[in-house]
Amino acid sequence: MRALLLLAALLLSAPAARADNQDWTQVARGRYLAVVGDCVACHKATEGVAASDYAGGRPIETPFGMINAANITPDVETGIGRWTPDDFAQAMREGRRPDGAHLYPAFPYPWYTRMSRQDMDAIFAFLRTIPPVRHAVNRNTLPFPFRIRAAMIGWNMLFFTPGELRPDPAKSEEWNRGAYLVEGPGHCGVCHTPMNALGGSRSSEAFAGQSLQGWIAPNIGGNEALGVGAWGVDDVVQYLRTGATAWTRASGPMAEVVEYSTSGMTEADLRAIAVYLKDRPPRGPAPPAPLAADAPRMRAGEALYIDNCAACHRRDGAGVAGMIPSLKDNQITVQPGVETLARVVLTGVRSAATDLEPTAPGMPSFGWRLDDQQVADLLSYVRNAWGNAAPEVDVSLVRQQRERLTRGP
Amino acid sequence: MPDAPTSRRLLLSATALIALGGPAAARSIRGALPWSPNEAYPPPRVTAGGWLYFTAEEAASIEAIANRLIPADALGPGGGEAGCAIYLDRQLAGPYGSSSWLYMQGPFARGTPEQGLQDERPPAALYRQSLSAINAHCRARFGGRAFPALSPEEQDALLHAIDEGRSGIAGLEDKPFFEMLLQNVMEGFFADPIYGGNRDMAGWKLLGFPGTRYDYREMLDRPNQPYRDPPVPLSGLRAASWQVAR
Amino acid sequence: MSRRLPPTDVVVVGLGWTGSIMSYELCRAGLRVTAIERGPWRDTPTDFPPTTAPDELRYSIRHDLFVRPAQETLTFRNTMNQTALPIRRWGSFLPGNGVGGAGVHWNGQTWRWHPWDFTFHSSSVARYGADFLPQDHMMQDWGITYEELEESFDRFEYLCGISGKAGNLGGQLQPGGNPFEGSRRRDYPTPPMQMTAAPQLFAKAATELGWKPFPQPSANLSQAYTNPYGCKLAPCTYCGFCERFGCGNFSKSSPQTCVLPVLVRHPGFEARTECQVTRVNLSRDGKRATGVTYVDTAGQEWEQPAALVLLCAYQLFNVRLLLLSGIGKPYNPATGEGVVGRNYAYQVTGGATGFFGQDKIFNPFIGAGSVGMVADEFNADNFDHGPAGFVGGASLACILTNGRPITNRPVPPDTPRWGSEWKRATRDNYNRWAAVGLQGSVMPYRGNYLDLDPTYKDSNGLPLLRMTFDFPENERKLSRFAVDRCVEAVRAMGAHTVRRNEISGPYSIVPYQSTHNTGGAIMGSDPKTSVANKYCQVWDVPNVFLSGASLFPMNAGFNPTGPVGALAYWAADAIRDRYLPNPGPLVPA
Repeated sequence: MRALLLLAALLLSAPAARADNQDWTQVARGRYLAVVGDCVACHKATEGVAASDYAGGRPIETPFGMINAANITPDVETGIGRWTPDDFAQAMREGRRPDGAHLYPAFPYPWYTRMSRQDMDAIFAFLRTIPPVRHAVNRNTLPFPFRIRAAMIGWNMLFFTPGELRPDPAKSEEWNRGAYLVEGPGHCGVCHTPMNALGGSRSSEAFAGQSLQGWIAPNIGGNEALGVGAWGVDDVVQYLRTGATAWTRASGPMAEVVEYSTSGMTEADLRAIAVYLKDRPPRGPAPPAPLAADAPRMRAGEALYIDNCAACHRRDGAGVAGMIPSLKDNQITVQPGVETLARVVLTGVRSAATDLEPTAPGMPSFGWRLDDQQVADLLSYVRNAWGNAAPEVDVSLVRQQRERLTRGP
Repeated sequence: MPDAPTSRRLLLSATALIALGGPAAARSIRGALPWSPNEAYPPPRVTAGGWLYFTAEEAASIEAIANRLIPADALGPGGGEAGCAIYLDRQLAGPYGSSSWLYMQGPFARGTPEQGLQDERPPAALYRQSLSAINAHCRARFGGRAFPALSPEEQDALLHAIDEGRSGIAGLEDKPFFEMLLQNVMEGFFADPIYGGNRDMAGWKLLGFPGTRYDYREMLDRPNQPYRDPPVPLSGLRAASWQVAR
Repeated sequence: MSRRLPPTDVVVVGLGWTGSIMSYELCRAGLRVTAIERGPWRDTPTDFPPTTAPDELRYSIRHDLFVRPAQETLTFRNTMNQTALPIRRWGSFLPGNGVGGAGVHWNGQTWRWHPWDFTFHSSSVARYGADFLPQDHMMQDWGITYEELEESFDRFEYLCGISGKAGNLGGQLQPGGNPFEGSRRRDYPTPPMQMTAAPQLFAKAATELGWKPFPQPSANLSQAYTNPYGCKLAPCTYCGFCERFGCGNFSKSSPQTCVLPVLVRHPGFEARTECQVTRVNLSRDGKRATGVTYVDTAGQEWEQPAALVLLCAYQLFNVRLLLLSGIGKPYNPATGEGVVGRNYAYQVTGGATGFFGQDKIFNPFIGAGSVGMVADEFNADNFDHGPAGFVGGASLACILTNGRPITNRPVPPDTPRWGSEWKRATRDNYNRWAAVGLQGSVMPYRGNYLDLDPTYKDSNGLPLLRMTFDFPENERKLSRFAVDRCVEAVRAMGAHTVRRNEISGPYSIVPYQSTHNTGGAIMGSDPKTSVANKYCQVWDVPNVFLSGASLFPMNAGFNPTGPVGALAYWAADAIRDRYLPNPGPLVPA
């Protein structure tokens, strides 16, 4: 009873106690927002350095080279121990360090800028409470000319619009919450909105998906064939919370997003995200006419499919509900780009493991067993069988993936 | 719980392993199921050509023997043609040939039949010694001809004598050698072609064994009907080598 | 020189079925568990996916998943007056290795043993009199009943998702199930597997013989399943690569599919692989275990202190570890005194193989480890043993597990072993044979036991285990009797030629028979005649608990994994609910 009273007192005093790092409610909210922002995905300590989720050092792949994520524990020498809430807000809103130096947009300040100051302060308050870890990270690994941080001034002029997201009064509260999460802390567009050559987001193609780091970050907008337009809100919620729906499973970079971030989010927030994403304008190309079932390539691919894939994915491509992904009516199968498909066949893949979906079934590597032409034929078949329709797969694309990802067959 | 240690001490135990023992010495697994891309452990694919263990005469002898144990006929190729000698050569050059997986510490004693294998000599040495004894015997008995140069009838008669333990060949223990030989030749004829034998899946086609298909659910409602799809080896079938019947 | 590690709450020796179940149950009870496993880490997508698993030579012939005898084996002799020699190459049985243990490469035949099995001694005396029992027997009840274990059987079945049909629900017999089974609280979690041609034929023939055939309870699953831990399994594809192989498409219950996904996520759990435990360390007075000593692959010796030690290795290696550690008094067959090593038992196997006419196409490669039909009329005490003249029994089954061609291409008797005639017979019969096999009980005897070998050592220089075993006359009678029944069944199925396969001559470690070794560290109600009490707690060292078939005082006519899994739950519950609140002996000695 006493604890309840205490809690009530805290709640009542919360608005007044801004940036007070003794405020339990603010710290708890900051911890949740750090999960929403998936801070740990980048700021996790490199293996063997320190058992901290925020000590940094993990290399982040960018179009310009590798950047090591910063130590954001409150260590005074190597972390952000000297920062003030204003310093932190400046980094989140403007992409600048306390000394004024520019951060690279591998740190997604173009999204974080849309967050409320209250939320930024909450995250900062939370970060103040974690154990400081002494871990110096080399933050200047980019090659010339990108290592000149001042170059970001020009980049920001071109691609960066600072400022908090304003709610759309015409939309529901849920929609607006979704917009805030997706466009702000969730920074979904970093991967799922196509980038231009300089790493800026092409907002006209928002959430249409793109090739990224040898994967396809798929279309997650309202397109029914390619995005989540045909998904139910519950499907999106289930996917983000557990890493799996009946017909598909998160893997690769999205598996990490699910494991570190979305599986820890509230049902209400996940629903809000689903409502907002499903309402994004459908973008992406219209599906082509499927390859004819008796085309030589389809016949070759079909035989390869039965020999190599059917024991798990079944002859009809349906997979096993909730366990082994379906290859029909699965948006991943028909994305315009095939990096993910080729990669999964060549190297194998393991899906996300969460408390609700702990099994994390994996697909074995076929790179040792199938050559590039076989993989291309197989994928062309899968993309055009069972009612699927997508461009056939060029062997050169498989070859590129193999060169990037594997040793030879 | 008596002196229940804290989680900090558990953490120390994990780091102690790394610091003192080296990570190779003890793999510690916690938090997530280990997985890494491209991880697969297929057997090395045997390619024909050259002998890794056999001498030319030994190889020719095994080919000739395999062709008598499994003769070429209207039902398909013989054991030699199907690559049983290549298979056996590669096996003898590996852990099987040297018994390196087996318990080979002494003292060695003959034991009872129920106590199983007690021979100190691994298969590679046994083949060398036994084939040499057989060919020496053949040369002495058949006017200088080694086993491969005998007629099929002469070869069969000699193999029957060894099988039945009455060859009288000096330096050859008929029964143990023949049991090993028969087992190995059958392995070569029926093992996955990746090991060098069962060429063109001749052994599997003889039986109608579909290899690594791994899924027969669609056959369950069709009892007593023949299976139609061609066999698949571990290395897969080449593109367009078969088409699904419509 | 061993290096001492900081203590943990529980150390588990061996990460197979029982090690993973007990680790997870104790993690959930709030303990920190360190599992130490002799073999490597193994998992489905990397170590036995469909791309590499279906390899008969590698797994079935060369024994890739089993422990290398070069690392650890045992010695064997039939009788005490022989000199035991090492089992240099596995044959009669195949001990597992690595994470998942035999749970990776088992067939998945999952039984509750009969209520009679647990009281086999007192029940036999009651029905047939003490004089009816075989000479030199060491029969004694388990100290636990089927009724006590029923809930634990149920939990293991639901962990695995076993596919089957109940025969006795709460005392009500159920058509289509085993009418002889003990009463169960609910049906199997998934329906039976779909039967292939040969088992269907057997079911028809068995019914004609007046038997009541029923589907083999199967850990190859008939449909997708999510277990109570949240782990998921896929439906079996009848690939024909089950026993001796890992399952590539998540359709066989195993530690990998059923427990490890949640176990490794638990913050209280750590596994150390490729580390061999060489002894359990004891306090100076020998009454308390202080932890274990193990050796890593670099040869470095480590001491892992722990408050509780669970021995979850394979039956043979659990017994060896007790002997190497000096826990419990070693059994002496001359005096009948001592406990560790007594009541070692094996199983009677065999049956009849039938060859059928050209009208049959059995497609033997369409199979799974547990796809088949079983008749239980001649098992346990399901029939009057008076006229038969032996105790114990056998289950009879037609289970077509595979048509793998190096091993499984039988030809009728009197066919040559090679040459053209053999080749033709092989081709003609591959699709036209079916076997009815038996799995029979073996009673414990004074002269069948385990101890340490005086001569042979393992790779660490420690004595190997020594097995002294032969089939006594009681079991030979059982073999003849049960093979006769198999022959009847195969004839009723319409075979034109039948080959008998029964015990002849001394037990041999050469041909494969069964990896169902039991006993040696048995449970019971008297510390003078058993190593562990009914909670699987070692009488002499109460912070050591045992698991697995070394606890069984006898061997039955069913596969052992069901009671092995049930006892793991039973013991974990006892530790959590009885031992932790009040550490010490759970049963007064």
